[in-house]
Amino acid sequence: MQGSKEREHTLSVLVENRPGVLSRVAGLFSRRGFNIESIVVGTTEDRRYSRMTIVVVGDEGEVEQVTKQLHKLIDVIKISELSPHEMVERELALIKVAADRSTRSEILQIVDIFRASVIDVSERSLVIEVTGDTDKVKAMIDLLRPFGIKELVRTGRVAMTRGPRAVSVTESRQGGGLQAVGG
Amino acid sequence: MSAIELATPSSGRKPAPVRMTGAQALVECLKAEGVEYIFGIPGGAVLPLYDALYNSGLKTILCRHEQGAAHMADGYARATGRPGVVLATSGPGATNLVTGIATAYMDSIPLVAITGNVSRSLIGRDAFQEADITGITLPITKHNFLVRSAKELPWVIRAAFHIATTGRPGPVLVDIPKDVGTEEFGFTYPETVDLPGYKPTYKGHIRQILEAARAIMNAKRPLLYVGGGAIASGAHQEVRALAEKCHLPVTMTLMGLGAFPGDHPQSLGMLGMHGTAYANYAVQNCDVLIAVGARFDDRVTGNLKTFAPRVEQIIHIDIDPAEIGKNVVPHVPIVGDCRAVLQVLLEKVKEKRHPEWWQQIDAWRREYPLQYRKVEGQIHPQAVCEALYEVTGGEAIVTTDVGQHQMWAAQYYKVKHPRHFISSGGLGTMGFGFPAGIGAKLARPDKEVFVVSGDGSFQMNIQELATAADHNVGVKVIIINNLYLGMVRQWQEFFYGRRYADSYLGTPDFVTIAKGYGVKGMLVTDPADVKPALEEARAHDGPVVIDVRVVPEENCFPMVPAGGSNSEMIGPKGWIE
Repeated sequence: MQGSKEREHTLSVLVENRPGVLSRVAGLFSRRGFNIESIVVGTTEDRRYSRMTIVVVGDEGEVEQVTKQLHKLIDVIKISELSPHEMVERELALIKVAADRSTRSEILQIVDIFRASVIDVSERSLVIEVTGDTDKVKAMIDLLRPFGIKELVRTGRVAMTRGPRAVSVTESRQGGGLQAVGG
Repeated sequence: MSAIELATPSSGRKPAPVRMTGAQALVECLKAEGVEYIFGIPGGAVLPLYDALYNSGLKTILCRHEQGAAHMADGYARATGRPGVVLATSGPGATNLVTGIATAYMDSIPLVAITGNVSRSLIGRDAFQEADITGITLPITKHNFLVRSAKELPWVIRAAFHIATTGRPGPVLVDIPKDVGTEEFGFTYPETVDLPGYKPTYKGHIRQILEAARAIMNAKRPLLYVGGGAIASGAHQEVRALAEKCHLPVTMTLMGLGAFPGDHPQSLGMLGMHGTAYANYAVQNCDVLIAVGARFDDRVTGNLKTFAPRVEQIIHIDIDPAEIGKNVVPHVPIVGDCRAVLQVLLEKVKEKRHPEWWQQIDAWRREYPLQYRKVEGQIHPQAVCEALYEVTGGEAIVTTDVGQHQMWAAQYYKVKHPRHFISSGGLGTMGFGFPAGIGAKLARPDKEVFVVSGDGSFQMNIQELATAADHNVGVKVIIINNLYLGMVRQWQEFFYGRRYADSYLGTPDFVTIAKGYGVKGMLVTDPADVKPALEEARAHDGPVVIDVRVVPEENCFPMVPAGGSNSEMIGPKGWIE
């Protein structure tokens, strides 16, 4: 349990859609000395609840402790760690890249290869929207960097399990422990 | 208002809503929760609430500082197991509660703190006496609420009491904007609250309990290590039954004192930094360690790497899953209520004796008893605690402040019953003991309540002498007066080359101060006068302050230096070999 390797863990956290929930969760991470790689929050199919996708880096013991501490928050209803093999993940990035007549067509080729899209054009810049897993977004950014990235916005990772199983309120919660889905 | 019918499970039907203000609704909610006392201080933002409390039949205790009010509510809760209630105004009133709430949080004490806030339209505008108290108390409450409308209030109060008192208990804060108190609405009190994210586990997993029973049956050198969770769950009878059935030695944390009788032949007293040498040796040599409602705190374990090196099985019973594996990874984790788990475990174990193990423990007890060097004509603080035990027969509730006197009280006052030793364990809050003693005495008027305090600690909430005098609360304060911040001085002596940086306090005239508040004060400077003074205090109807001038540079032994191994202890004659 302890002494295992550090790696990225993706937690899907179902919470009550109440004011202050995000600061409760974020505060817990900083208070207990855990690092958040990314955190994404949005409402779910049921407006009473929100879902957070949290990416943390740590060993198994640390992540188990994070999960148990999260469970203690009254507003947290359910936590699932999504196994890397059993989840689909997406991230969206908006990239404002310097582009003039001499470079524009080369950039557009890259956009094409990545099935990204151009959502704004000006004389000296392009705004590109790219969606994909974290590696794809990173690869795209790396390729665009030599042209001069003026501004970059990333959403952070959202994820869910493959197949019919869902992390929802109706599935009963047990003992406050970690529920690994497919892991 | 008393004619209002509340929705109770037995009534079986929903009573019609009754129109009233938010403040009146709060009063009805508190009555429905069976609240006896409300400790607090009024102020601008809680005027509507105090107005509704006026002539409501609920007893308010006017304190002199909100921190004192919070500790009183805390002491009330610790003495009874029922939630304490504290009420403060917005801004500074609310922030003054912070230390009291944090104290309760660290020791898992059920507390409901109600604060006023500025009116809803002013929130976020840096209004006069505005503070974001829900933000401030986020990390020190089990949960908190900002009430956004009067119609939310009944649900929130029901939820607050439910959360504070169930599972692992803890403080809950409810922040009520001033105009929510004056807003009218149709009041009904909810029977239950549904909190989908809050479902504490009470029943332990039977397979794990069987595993624990097997480990206990196979143990050669078992040890029962009992913490505050055993008291919170009311497991003292089960702890005793298990200890006696399997002849287990029992050691307790500071918070666990009283969960097992301190005068029982199987009690090894407290373990850890200032624990008994024999308790620490038992920990370092046991093969099966049974932790009941304890959290392997650093003051208990010392250096984790060398903690319990011969242990083969650690059984950890706790209602909070996050405690299991936090500091020490157990072999047999059991998530559940201590009492419920022990009841099942008791059926699964058979009688057992460990004569060799007990021979070893008794040898340690003979060789390394609790002791101090006695000097003729001087008052030793340890002797004061022994005298208190003798005079009261160990039947009094003792509250303490924090420092050397706290450890001496824990060592020399052999607590016999649960909820009879009340001390700030986790946060270590100086200034806790006296107000907590007032709360305990109000909660248990049938009991003698002694506060063992220090000259430093007592001055941190000395203003509550007025509260004690107002209500003639018969709490007896013993100031172990050594003119120093004694524990600080001791650490400076051992680890900072006797450079006593700001640890010397001198002393005010406590007798005159007490007198100024209308409280009986006594000065004791002769060892022969200790017991008579305690008897005189017991006989006095009302609060008493006894200023006992003890040996100024007495040290608290045994002592495991911070971060050291539990088997390496310093005693009154140097390192214990």
